[in-house]
Amino acid sequence: MTTETADSAAAVGTVAPAADPGFLQRHGSTIEYVLIPGAAVVGALAVFGVFVMLFGKNPLDLYFYMYQGAFGTWFSWQNTLTRAAPLILTALCTALPAQLGMVIIGGEGALLMGALSATSAALALQGLPPLVIQIAMVCAGVIGGGLWIMLSGALRQYRGVNETISSLLLVYIALAILNHLVEGAMRDPASLNKPSTREIGAANMIGTIPGTDVHWGLVFGLIAAIAAYILIYHTVFGFAARVAGGNIRAAKIVGLGVTKLILTICFLAGGAAGLAGMVEVAAVQGRTNANLAAGYGFTGILVAFLARQNPLAIIPVAILLGGISASGGLLQRRLGLPDASVLVLQGIIFVFVLASDALYGRIGFLKGKS
Amino acid sequence: MADGSIGLWTVPLAVLGGAIRVSTPFLFVSLGECITERSGRINLGLEGTLVMGAMSAYGISYLSGSPWLGVLAAGITGALLGALHAGICSLPRVNDVAVGIALMLFGTGLAFYLGKPLIEPTAPRLPAIDFGWWSDIPQVRAALRVNVLFLIGVALAPVLYWAFRTTRWGLLIRTAGESSDAARAMGHSVLLIRLRATMVGGFLAGIGGSFLSLFYPGSWNEGLSSGQGITAVALVIFARWDPLLCLWASLAFGGAAALGPALQSVGVTSGYHLFNAAPYILTLAIMIITCSPKRTLTGAPAELSITR
Repeated sequence: MTTETADSAAAVGTVAPAADPGFLQRHGSTIEYVLIPGAAVVGALAVFGVFVMLFGKNPLDLYFYMYQGAFGTWFSWQNTLTRAAPLILTALCTALPAQLGMVIIGGEGALLMGALSATSAALALQGLPPLVIQIAMVCAGVIGGGLWIMLSGALRQYRGVNETISSLLLVYIALAILNHLVEGAMRDPASLNKPSTREIGAANMIGTIPGTDVHWGLVFGLIAAIAAYILIYHTVFGFAARVAGGNIRAAKIVGLGVTKLILTICFLAGGAAGLAGMVEVAAVQGRTNANLAAGYGFTGILVAFLARQNPLAIIPVAILLGGISASGGLLQRRLGLPDASVLVLQGIIFVFVLASDALYGRIGFLKGKS
Repeated sequence: MADGSIGLWTVPLAVLGGAIRVSTPFLFVSLGECITERSGRINLGLEGTLVMGAMSAYGISYLSGSPWLGVLAAGITGALLGALHAGICSLPRVNDVAVGIALMLFGTGLAFYLGKPLIEPTAPRLPAIDFGWWSDIPQVRAALRVNVLFLIGVALAPVLYWAFRTTRWGLLIRTAGESSDAARAMGHSVLLIRLRATMVGGFLAGIGGSFLSLFYPGSWNEGLSSGQGITAVALVIFARWDPLLCLWASLAFGGAAALGPALQSVGVTSGYHLFNAAPYILTLAIMIITCSPKRTLTGAPAELSITR
């Protein structure tokens, strides 16, 4: 739970000075990146506690059940990690373009297009060995989602269309295309109540990590996040992207291909979210239907902002947010809170995290000699 | 003339009716956003404001029995959310686009949470004025049942147009939007101007939401708004921050949104979902046509972060 974030941050803050008096000052900014978002989450939890208190619930019960539902048992851990997997991938969809100073909030659309492409690939290749189908699904998912967000990037670069709004509009268009195909050309005639495509087949599912109920999508997410981190912070390409994000005119003057940067980054970002869609199909749903629009794309935006757009920080933050959504069921059963309480908490956290941006560089004991 | 004998005329009639009925939330949200953006700030959270407005209007109308009280409650809720947006944005280094996204999620979540008990009961709805009394054709009469809020919205557009040009308040808002330094030099607080502009914008967006739950579709459920708020924000951009153009654009959108159901009613069911996405496709298409990477848009407030 969140107290862990705060505790670890506090531990860094209190233990370190004894060993090295200059530690706080030298690592001030790193500590800030942990301390401030951590404090924002704790503040948001406190406000949410007051909020449920207004409805006659005991906030301590709330925190207890949230902890139980998210991290209390091995079962809840597995639930949490299963939900964290798509969140890592959809968060990358916002975090990668953010390096270029772009605000992309259309991860949900890329997820749906990825799921649709992956399902199409699996259905078209039926009969081939499962491994071939799975690889084809990964490729199709990445390409489907990647092209979808690349469209936003291209519109921004070639037509000057704001990418935030275009990517969000594309979410609704993607949902319409998905519903259109699922209820029309791709519909399985046997799916009566819930129009769906045909199943991709049990043999072609990617399955779970041995010894757990957590599917391989988590590993996909971890690999993608680490790869994104290396790409952004340890390659020339990533350096160029960050230069362009810092000052687009400077980037043009030193001859960086800004168009190529934007299109590539948007493709990779959408590809990550598309992979999340592929994972949801190949590990959870087994087919494409409207269930896939479960809001992972929108929660991913929050994860990216909470992680301050850092691909590595996305991993723990996605687990935290996965835990919050995993605890939703328990809150509903034990405390009688509506299922939307998770959305309220996410909204409060988001507001607190953004407001906490004002605190950077202002915490007295972290300043000193710079 | 018997029912149904007007055949394919149903489609243009339904589109006309839709232009009147469906356009009202677009109209209110876009006029509200127009005020906010003219002051130099963008509020993407109006999607959340719209849903919160719809929920609170329905709740208050149900509890008090007066739909107009519901409309007022929706406006106040919207203004409070606007104040929250402006309050957070006035902190240093806080990005208004991101705050808008956060409030979009927060507003929808809060509305779903508080609105759970409201899905079942039926609240008193807003009355409609029958402009189709002269006709015997039921479709014509249905298309011309007009809500008072629509008329208020239509009247508001030219009033705002005039207010931006000539009144002291209009000039102050535009000054804050074009050059915050100039506004500051004149001795005005830019943050305060933007706070008020965002609150008024939220007030109008909340009223737009009350139309959704109290007139058309006229009930509260969680699928009530699917992106109307964000479409309206995009609409302001290609209406060039001009309230009168916002009015025409909203009417076009309402018509586009009514196309899917209209075609379904005459038996064209294939592509239903695609026609339902018509407003979003239309928005995107118009943005692609009217935007340009070479220059900033004419009429764009210079302080606006989103047109950079």
